[in-house]
Amino acid sequence: MLTDLYIPGDSLLHRARPAWKLAILFLYCTALFVVTHPVVLTLGLLLVALGYGAAGLSPRDAFTAIRPALFVLVIIFAAQLWLAGLSMAVYVTLRLMALLLAAALVTYTTRASEFTEGIMALLSRAPAWVPKDKIALAMSLVWRFIPLIRAQFDEVREAQRARGLERNMLALLVPLVVRTLKTADEVAEAITARSLD
Amino acid sequence: MSMHFDRVSVTKGTREILSEITLELTESRIGVIGNNGSGKSTFLRLFNGLEKPTSGMVRFSDTEDDLRRHVGFMFQNPDNQIVYPLVEEDLAFGLKSRKLPKAEVAARIERVLSDLSLTHLKGRLTHQLSGGEKQMVALAGVLVTEPEMIVFDEPTTLLDLRNKMQFMRVLATLPQPAVVVSHDLDLLAGFDRVLHIAEGGIYADGPPEEVIPAYRKLCEDLGGC
Ligand SMILES: Nc1ncnc2c1ncn2[C@@H]1O[C@H](COP(=O)(O)OP(=O)(O)OP(=O)(O)O)[C@@H](O)[C@H]1O
Ligand SMILES: [Mg+2]
Repeated sequence: MLTDLYIPGDSLLHRARPAWKLAILFLYCTALFVVTHPVVLTLGLLLVALGYGAAGLSPRDAFTAIRPALFVLVIIFAAQLWLAGLSMAVYVTLRLMALLLAAALVTYTTRASEFTEGIMALLSRAPAWVPKDKIALAMSLVWRFIPLIRAQFDEVREAQRARGLERNMLALLVPLVVRTLKTADEVAEAITARSLD
Repeated sequence: MSMHFDRVSVTKGTREILSEITLELTESRIGVIGNNGSGKSTFLRLFNGLEKPTSGMVRFSDTEDDLRRHVGFMFQNPDNQIVYPLVEEDLAFGLKSRKLPKAEVAARIERVLSDLSLTHLKGRLTHQLSGGEKQMVALAGVLVTEPEMIVFDEPTTLLDLRNKMQFMRVLATLPQPAVVVSHDLDLLAGFDRVLHIAEGGIYADGPPEEVIPAYRKLCEDLGGC
């Protein structure tokens, strides 16, 4: 979910209206939480797998989507195992995975500009003092810069590994924070230069 | 069309980066050279108002308008001027505040991409492009807004030979005046005028055949550039 928020394609899911996708995602999540039954969960997992297939996404894309959360999933699994037993632990973990996969399916198939347009449409009734353009721009910047910051992190880690410092938190964080701040400055400047307001 | 600098100084903290620069720039291709840290980027940023002079005045032609309306800027690092995740979306960004009809936006993007032979990148994710591809997309992002003048801060640092040639061809055919900061002295060979910035001012000013060899000589023979 962190490396690629959008994967270009031309499937039905790619072409569907973002508002519909979000509405279905909402229903999907609610259903999985409200109806606690293995059959519903199985159906839910099946549905999400079908969705990935229909969107032309690979199992690797699916794994990429849950990889950042693996650590949390393991902790939840362990806690449930200890508190409620094996079957509950499996159930809860799988359900969380289904939700993550479904959310990623929506971001995988929706362009940032579609999201921002959707948000703009939702905000069209908001009062005039709400900075609609700025909110939309901030949203698209998140889309653009999560991968960039992640790439910077990988670069810094590689450079520090070459110097034998990969276990030193400070050696990783200081350059990353400095670069991120500098990036933010330059980006703000570029936005000023590229837009007229 | 011209750019006027009237006794322009820029001070950062206690350091005077540029001091009392007076220039009238009317040529269509102007190169800027000088050592690292000599103030070239600062000078360029004055052109579109990203940098405000501490004293003095910068003016575009005879207007009193905001400089940004007239001057497009291409930055040193393309990573930081590409705002949207998709190439196509990013090119549309610069046009957003201009309230153009959708069809006109799409047509302009098509045209610029095909002029730069970049049509194949249209649907790609910007963060996955190579450094040189990003630099070309950044260039497209500037061209698509059709500014009256364009300033470039080291536009070819990441380009391979093919893209550098492509850039030079594009530069040669641009209808608007261009100011280019570059350490790649060959790039500036056919220009109308070259400014050498040093010691906070215009150290040399003239045609490239004079200014560039003098700069080379200064560095090579005397180590004093
Ligand atoms: N915000 C700032 N505060 C203090 N000093 C600054 C600031 N910005 C730039 N400088 C200094 O101003 C000088 C000129 O910087 P500038 O970026 O214009 O140089 P340059 O000629 O573009 O160099 P390069 O060839 O490396 O790109 C440098 O010595 C730099 O350290
Ligand atoms: Mg510079």
